[in-house]
Amino acid sequence: MITAGIDCGARNTKTVIIKDGKIIGKASVPTGFEQDQAVKESLEMALKDAGITRDQIERIGGTGSGAKSIQEADIKVNDIKAMTMAANFFFPSARTVADVGAEEARTAKCDEKGNVVDFAINEKCAAGAGAFIEAMARALETPLTEMGTLALSSSNPIPLNAQCTIFAESEVVGLIHAKTEKKDISRAIHDAMASRIVSMIRRIGVNPDIVMFGGLAYNPGFVTALQRELAVDQIYIPEAPEFGSAVGAAVVAAQDGQ
Amino acid sequence: MAEEQKREFWRWAETNWINPDIKWEDAEFITVGIDVGSVSSQAVIMADGEFYAYGNMRTGSNSPDSARNALKFALVKTSLTEDKIHYFIGTGYGRVNVPMADRTVTEIACHARGANFIYGPQVRTVLDVGGQDIKAIRCDDKGKVTNFLMNDKCAAGTGRGMEVFADLLSVPIGDVGDRSFQIAQEPPPVSSTCVVYAKSEATGLLRKGLGTNEVLAAYCSAMADRIYSLLKRVGVEPEFAITGGMAKNRGVIDRLKKKLGLEPMKAKWDPQLAGAAGAALFGHALCKKGKGRGK
Repeated sequence: MITAGIDCGARNTKTVIIKDGKIIGKASVPTGFEQDQAVKESLEMALKDAGITRDQIERIGGTGSGAKSIQEADIKVNDIKAMTMAANFFFPSARTVADVGAEEARTAKCDEKGNVVDFAINEKCAAGAGAFIEAMARALETPLTEMGTLALSSSNPIPLNAQCTIFAESEVVGLIHAKTEKKDISRAIHDAMASRIVSMIRRIGVNPDIVMFGGLAYNPGFVTALQRELAVDQIYIPEAPEFGSAVGAAVVAAQDGQ
Repeated sequence: MAEEQKREFWRWAETNWINPDIKWEDAEFITVGIDVGSVSSQAVIMADGEFYAYGNMRTGSNSPDSARNALKFALVKTSLTEDKIHYFIGTGYGRVNVPMADRTVTEIACHARGANFIYGPQVRTVLDVGGQDIKAIRCDDKGKVTNFLMNDKCAAGTGRGMEVFADLLSVPIGDVGDRSFQIAQEPPPVSSTCVVYAKSEATGLLRKGLGTNEVLAAYCSAMADRIYSLLKRVGVEPEFAITGGMAKNRGVIDRLKKKLGLEPMKAKWDPQLAGAAGAALFGHALCKKGKGRGK
């Protein structure tokens, strides 16, 4: 059985095609203002990637903040379920899932089948999302992609007191003026951000194994800080972690069609 | 290098003033309150508990220097010198770093006391919207604090948030209030929780074709909502007064008034001075009780 999952997010729209429990194609395009257009494009690109045609897909699952624009979807999958089903697809031992994206962070607790047991979301405050590190990278005048490795090179933990992104920007500028080393500031930024995600995870309970999705999974500084704060040996991250929700939607579409 | 300097739209005018009707030489006690806030610093000089002079400046990266500069700025137009001052009180976020302070008093107490002086003893609720926090204070007829609530974790609704927005939209901060009313129709508010998200929302609105003034209106209205929810929690009892820099932004204040159904009291003095004025008054009260420096 071939199914597709489409995740129409705030920044990017992602499509994944699954055949009998295996990913055979995927694609991501910027969402922009025309969500319908982005959905079409990503689906076409994923079909090309998989080397199949539209009529070979039996069912399509749609998810993400723009899910209502996915007219092709046979089933709408809610964001949390898409995330836990994807975690279960990659790592059946997953019990806690965190998806940390640019403007939103979600955490969920799930059972052995990938069903949602509990969840917590932050979509109100940039200090608990990727936007925080983006803003701090600007203040530090360091490319975003280098922030994580820079943080890893520091062995000197210093506190970052401000909670708010806007205030933290001033604090970082203050630290630069006080001649604090860039790597130590970068570590402080990642530690602060990780502690906010951890406090969200604690609300639903820390239950290994822990799986992480979202763009922040690409940031080694953040993943290390998260691991340290959670006091766990490993955080499981699949290949292409930004496709998590799309995978989950495709998995649900397949189960639902059986 | 003829590089054009980037215009700083957030930058507001620094001011100082002297009361021409007062001769400091005649005063029994000259007291000074210095309020070192996160964004602005004020020094208020009082002669026997009356406004004599003040200076209002931006806080620099160093609190002791900011306190010294604000005092120097307040003294500029006077013939007064620092050694003639009987008592200094430091207040605000940087109060522990006011080098000349004989004593420090919390900004909550000073704002209530200052509002009582600036607006009169009828004031019962004081809303202080500063650079980095929002305080809703309830007080009695002597300006004594009976209850308060504070947000100092989040920039939404604060002066700093407004500065960020003025910069984003390239509108001088002093024009934000008036321009936010030069619109055909009131737009729905942007996200009231996070300034960072409000910024991306605003950029989206501009791209959709909304005018700068409409976007300002959408932001001011969200900030009014934000402040309103804090005020609701502490409870608003008339008479009601607003202090802090945001009191000068009618884009937020007029919208807040409408939500509250209450008219804030009119100020005789710059509402940004309330904290420093309150501090100077505490100093005056101490001197009168004979608890001054003993000069």
